[in-house]
Amino acid sequence: MAIKLEIPTALRPFTGKQASVESDAATVGEALRRLTATYADLHKHLYTDDGRIRSFVNIYVNDEDIRYLEKENTPIKDGDTISIVPSIAGGRRR
Amino acid sequence: MPIVTSTLAAADAARSLSKEEIQRYSRHLIMPEVGMEGQLKLARAKVLMIGAGGLGAPLGLYLAAAGVGRLGIVDFDVVDFTNLQRQITFSTSDVGRPKIEAAKERLAGLNPQIRIDTYRTRLTSENALDLFRDYDIIVDGTDNFPTRYLVNDACVLTGKPNVYGSIFRFEGQATVFNYPAGPCYRCLYPEPPPPGLVPSCAEGGVLGVLPGIVGAIQAMETIKLILGTGEPLAGRLLLFDALAMRFRELRLRKNPDCPICGERRTINQLIDYEEFCGIRGEEATPVTNGISEMTPRELKARLDHGDDLFILDVREPHEYQICHLNGHLIPLGDLPRRVSELDSSREIVAYCRSGKRSADAVEFLRQAGFRKIWNLKGGILAWSDEVDPSVPKY
Repeated sequence: MAIKLEIPTALRPFTGKQASVESDAATVGEALRRLTATYADLHKHLYTDDGRIRSFVNIYVNDEDIRYLEKENTPIKDGDTISIVPSIAGGRRR
Repeated sequence: MPIVTSTLAAADAARSLSKEEIQRYSRHLIMPEVGMEGQLKLARAKVLMIGAGGLGAPLGLYLAAAGVGRLGIVDFDVVDFTNLQRQITFSTSDVGRPKIEAAKERLAGLNPQIRIDTYRTRLTSENALDLFRDYDIIVDGTDNFPTRYLVNDACVLTGKPNVYGSIFRFEGQATVFNYPAGPCYRCLYPEPPPPGLVPSCAEGGVLGVLPGIVGAIQAMETIKLILGTGEPLAGRLLLFDALAMRFRELRLRKNPDCPICGERRTINQLIDYEEFCGIRGEEATPVTNGISEMTPRELKARLDHGDDLFILDVREPHEYQICHLNGHLIPLGDLPRRVSELDSSREIVAYCRSGKRSADAVEFLRQAGFRKIWNLKGGILAWSDEVDPSVPKY
């Protein structure tokens, strides 16, 4: 398999508790779309209603933020790791 | 870049260490990276800790032990039994005391030679700038988004570095924001998550050791900033996964369009952070949305009367194991696909721990066409207070 998506703790309930998922997508956008197609409950946590990546969720290819690459069009190659990194604030409960 | 010396008056530069201090800090003094000069920098440093909780516990202990000359602690809370699992500055006998009072006593006992200033208040847009001005470094150990953005903005506006740590369950983040010319929290996350997407208590919680590790990293970074030694954790976001026992590092860039630290600043003063995080709206809606509530006493009376009520527990299975009210368990997240298990012709009373998740469940079921549906007001916590104190609160 080509690339690995790292799922943060906060979103693992939506990926069947998996910490990472493999993919053979060619761009970041494609990898995320496939991921949310497989795990539909994850979609609203990653995307706004109009289909943009939420501003409190950052996506990295290896150690670089895709906002400073080609955003969702950022190409990915064999061995790359995509990390989904949402903001966390602490252990306060509702 | 020296953080501390730039803000210090030269007045107390002549201070030297007493014989007792030399003994106390011996293991620092024999290292060239600290030495006498570094220890005097620590003695002159002024560090403000926001929060005396899980992150603040190791932070306060290590900064006090290291001889940071002036420690400020901001916290409005009192020590609670549920804090003791991770907030290691406190003893069981501290339960019920203001955190700052218990923390001050503990830290002063550890190191009577430092000055500890406590502020029993919430950090607000009204008091933050004045508080921050008196200190060299701010350490963010808070547990909520409004305060995180407030700490960030106040650090940018006063030009103070923000030693950041954040935790969730088994995962931690740490970095130094607003290090001279470096990125700030808004560069990383321009906006907070809307309240509905913040993990609920079902998914929350934290392993007690985690804030210990992340808070210790914050203490280390704070001390490095004071000493001007090593490579600060600025421009890098450290991610820690305790389950995998793995540290990773991501690049953090300054956003040129950042509204507070970018080239065209649009935020010039502190704002209303509760509103910015959408919290006021959330608190207002569920209660006034026409959701029918039942108090624990009303529920008890109706059950005693033999009324046919279907009790629905929307918590998680591991919470059911802690305590329950003999409800039918369908976790809130599973409700949409398990709604067929419910009979809309019966009266349903939904409950959770505090009444918030069950309010969401009631709202969902109303929209799904259920009409005879009630929310147990205050949840199991209120049931324990008002009806059956043998039910444990968690």
